Amino acid sequence: MSVTQQSIDVPLMGFVGEVIERLGDVVIDVEQCEPRRGTARVDPAKTMEAAQRMHAMEGCRLATATGIEVRDGIDVLYHWAFEPAGVVITLKVLAARPELALDAVATVVPSANWIERELHDLLGATFPNHPDMRRLLLDDTWPEGLHPLRKSFDQIKDRPPLPPNQSPPDVETKAPGRDRS
Amino acid sequence: MSSRTIVNIGPFHPLQEEAEFYQLYVDGETVVDVDVRLSYNHRGIEKLDESKTFDQVPFVVERVCGICSASHPLAYIQAVEEIAQCDVPERALYLRTIVNELERLHSHFLWVGLAGHFLGYNTVFMWAWKYREPIMDALEATTGSRVNYANAKVGGSRRDIPDEQLREIGKVVAELHRPLDMLTNAVLDDPVLHARLKGVGVLTPEEVKAYGAVGPTARGSGVPIDVRKDDPYAAYDRVDWDVVTAPGCDVFGKAVVRLLECYEAIKIIQQCIEQIRPGEIDAKLESIPPGEGIGHVEAPRGETFHYVRSDGSNRPVRHKIRAPSYVNIPTFKASCIGQQIPDVAITLAAVDPCYSCTERMCRVVDVDRHVKVYGIDELVKLSQEKTRRMRRS
Repeated sequence: MSVTQQSIDVPLMGFVGEVIERLGDVVIDVEQCEPRRGTARVDPAKTMEAAQRMHAMEGCRLATATGIEVRDGIDVLYHWAFEPAGVVITLKVLAARPELALDAVATVVPSANWIERELHDLLGATFPNHPDMRRLLLDDTWPEGLHPLRKSFDQIKDRPPLPPNQSPPDVETKAPGRDRS
Repeated sequence: MSSRTIVNIGPFHPLQEEAEFYQLYVDGETVVDVDVRLSYNHRGIEKLDESKTFDQVPFVVERVCGICSASHPLAYIQAVEEIAQCDVPERALYLRTIVNELERLHSHFLWVGLAGHFLGYNTVFMWAWKYREPIMDALEATTGSRVNYANAKVGGSRRDIPDEQLREIGKVVAELHRPLDMLTNAVLDDPVLHARLKGVGVLTPEEVKAYGAVGPTARGSGVPIDVRKDDPYAAYDRVDWDVVTAPGCDVFGKAVVRLLECYEAIKIIQQCIEQIRPGEIDAKLESIPPGEGIGHVEAPRGETFHYVRSDGSNRPVRHKIRAPSYVNIPTFKASCIGQQIPDVAITLAAVDPCYSCTERMCRVVDVDRHVKVYGIDELVKLSQEKTRRMRRS
C-alpha cells in the first residue's frame, strides 16, 4: 500500500509530510500530519528499514519509544525528534499476538537499545535480533513471563514475593568483637 | 593471567534518587568497557499514573526527580494540553517559564559544586551550594516548597505570583551575577582545570546522534539541541536568549555550557518579570477528549519526553516518561572507554546523573580473588590527588 493511496484522509503537508513521503513504501497509514507532529503506521516487517531511513535523515534522533497494550498485541511507538525543526514524528508498529515479536531497531540505532529492553521487561514484546537482551528494569529474581505494565497485571494481587535477603560475598556481616562468648 | 578488574560503582544508596550501577572493566588503570544497570528503585510511576486522574498525575510526576520537579509535570501537562488543544493564558506561560528557569539555575549550581568536589576543589563545592540557597529560598517563597513546586496545572498555572514576589525574584537573580562570574572565572582561568578536563570524556557529535544524547551533554559537544528553541513552549519564544554550545566535546565543554547557561537563565527570568502582564492564569479545562499527545521540555539535564494517550475518560490510558539521563547515561559506553580511573569519576559526573550519592557505595573488586581493592572514598581521593599532582607540577 503506498502513501499516496492512504493520504486521502490526512493530507501530507509541510516538513512532516515531506519526511513521511521520504519514508516511502514502509508506511501503511498516515494518522496525523500537523506542522510539528506526525504519526504514521509502519509495516511490522519493515521496522528496520524505516529506522534506517529515519536515522539517515539530517537532524533526526530517536527520542524514545512507547509500548501500549492493544487488542491485537503491543503497539510500539518510536518517537523521532527533528532538530532544529522542532518536529516529533511517531512511527507506530504493531507487535502482533501471540509472538509479540518485532525486529530490533537497536541494531540500527544504539539509542533504541535500552528502550527495547524496557519494552521486553515491562510489556513482553520480544526482539529476537536485539544485540543485548538482558533485563534492564526488572530484578533478576522477578518471575519470567510476568510483565507489570500489562493491563491485566494487578499491582497488589499479582506482585511476586520478595526474594530472600542475601549478603554480598565480601561484606563482613558480623560486627567485630561480637563473638567473644 | 590478565589483570583486568571490575570497578563496581553503585548500585544503591537511600539518598540517591536514581540508583544506578556502573561496572567499569579496567585493564591496569585504563577503562576498557562499561556496563550500566539501573532501576534498583523502580517505582512504577507509569503504571501508577494509569490509576490517577489527569489532574492528579502532575503531583505524581513531579516526584520523578527532585531536581527536575518543574520540568516533568510541565512536559506531561503540555502533552495533555496538546490532546485538549487548549490555549493557555499568557500570564500562566510566563509563570511556568520563571519557575522552570529558577529550577535550571539551582540545578546547574548544584552540579558545579559536585564537579568541584570530585576534582578536589572543595571551596567551589561550598560556595556553589551557598549561592544556590537564595534560589531555593525564592522558590520556596513563591511556590511554597523548595523541591516540589506544583506550580503548573493542565490548562494554566495553579498559583499566581504577586508583583512584589516577582520583584524579589528579580533581585535574587540579579545578585547571582557576581558569584556566577567568580565560578565561571574559576573554571575558565584555572590552568589545572584546563589540563584536568580538556580532552577527557570525549563524546563526538556522531556519537551524540547515535545515542540520542540531549541537553548539556549534547551541547557540550557542539550540537545545538534545545527544546526551548526548537519547539518553543511556555514563554521561551517571547524572550531573547541564546542556545549555549561549546566546541570541545569533552568534560570541559559540558562545564562551560552549564555555567554560561546560568547567565541565559538569569536573562530569561529578568525579561519575563519585565514582560509579564496581569491576567487570567487558568484556562479552566473541563474534560480531556480521546487522543494522543506529546510534550517535551528542556529540563536542566536535557529533554524530558512525555507521551499521553487518552480515551475520553478522566484517566490517561498510557503515560510514558523518558527522563534525560535515560539517553545520556548510555553515552558512557563512548566517553569512558580508554579513560584512566581517576578521570572516570568526573566523566560520569559530567552528565549529571545524580551521581552525588554513589559515595561509599563504590568498590573495586579483583575478579579473580573477589576481594575489595578500592572504595568510592579511594576513587574520589585518586581523582583529587591527580588534580593536586598537576597543580604542583
